Amino acid sequence: MITRRELLKYAVGVAGLAAPLTALEMINPKKLLAGKSGPSKVRWVFLVDTYKCVGCGLCVKACKNENEIPYDANVTRTWVERYVLTKDGKLFADTPKGARDGFTTNKIDLGLGKYQDIKKEDIRKAFFVPKLCNQCENPPCVQVCPVGATYQAPDGVVLVDRTWCIGCGYCIMACPYGARFFHPKYHTAEKCNFCYHRISKGMQTACVEACPFGARRIGNIKDPNDPVARIIMTERVGILKSEYGTKPQVYYIGLDEEVR
Amino acid sequence: MGNHVFRPLFVVIGIIILILIARSFYVPHDFGVHERGYMYGWYREGNIEDWKKVQVKYQGRDYCKDCHSDKYESIMRSPHAIIQCENCHGPAVDHPANPPKLTIDRSRQLCLRCHYPLPYPTSGRAKIRGIDPDRHNRDFECSTCHNPHKPNLSIR
Repeated sequence: MITRRELLKYAVGVAGLAAPLTALEMINPKKLLAGKSGPSKVRWVFLVDTYKCVGCGLCVKACKNENEIPYDANVTRTWVERYVLTKDGKLFADTPKGARDGFTTNKIDLGLGKYQDIKKEDIRKAFFVPKLCNQCENPPCVQVCPVGATYQAPDGVVLVDRTWCIGCGYCIMACPYGARFFHPKYHTAEKCNFCYHRISKGMQTACVEACPFGARRIGNIKDPNDPVARIIMTERVGILKSEYGTKPQVYYIGLDEEVR
Repeated sequence: MGNHVFRPLFVVIGIIILILIARSFYVPHDFGVHERGYMYGWYREGNIEDWKKVQVKYQGRDYCKDCHSDKYESIMRSPHAIIQCENCHGPAVDHPANPPKLTIDRSRQLCLRCHYPLPYPTSGRAKIRGIDPDRHNRDFECSTCHNPHKPNLSIR
């Protein structure tokens, strides 16, 4: 049998316990579902034509200057990879300094100061593949951020909040494309953001503008009249590492199975 | 239950309330769940504006063409018309206010980015004419003989 005094005591206790809980933000399930498709009229996508790329690396140079990535630090938001397949089935790939200075030798950089010379007649296939952040539709780097410092903007670009990033490096480990690194000056996670300050003003990204051969293009996949969107919708394009389910939004023309 | 249970309990509740008050001051008001939901859209909205404020450095050839119309017109008639001015002259930023003078890259390495011959059959590189930098006039800048705006020996 419970007395009135005891009942009041318990009631006060329960109310006291519940008070701080009401101060916590309750997550609204409707809010969680909202914007799965999103009302934004823009979804930035990128198109790379690997046939056109000559490996000059002017895109990397422009990117580093435009986005204030220390020029001599061996980190870069975009880089160009060289793939050389020989007739005896060997694959060589390199990207010295991220191709900041282009490819000005036929020797493949094997790392540790070793180089491989490949004769012209031994080459079966050889080509260049520019790489950058894929601005995935399901970005694994964003899922793992414990503090909400990296996120997907309504137009699909994944951004990093430098004031909020604690530098734990989870996102750098989570990216299957190796697109993230630590900024040597700010000590926060850093990545390509499609030159957000330029595309939001109607300009091209620095790499697209710097490319003399038109190998790189940026567009809006939600605009059916956008020339880049039209190519992605109607022509044969590939994406990198589709098996991860990240839905990357950088599309490639002329992708080969050797490209990872 | 006696006081030895409730006293520490009240202390803990007090600490939690203090932390929550501190959090409400520390966390910006625009921080929260946005368009892409809790998994992808949990962030501080003001950061989008922060990124938009980054200064543009590469202005494009249209920025150069009015004051340097002679140079602009000469390069636009040459095979080098596809190359942006700033790829060799450096980013304009706020030129002529800042920087008043751009630093031109005249190095052989710059020209070799395209003109070192790489015979890669499935790349556009194989179609560009190249030189062997060890044999072709070593120790001279390319621009000693070739005008990059009119890359034809007979003209200079």
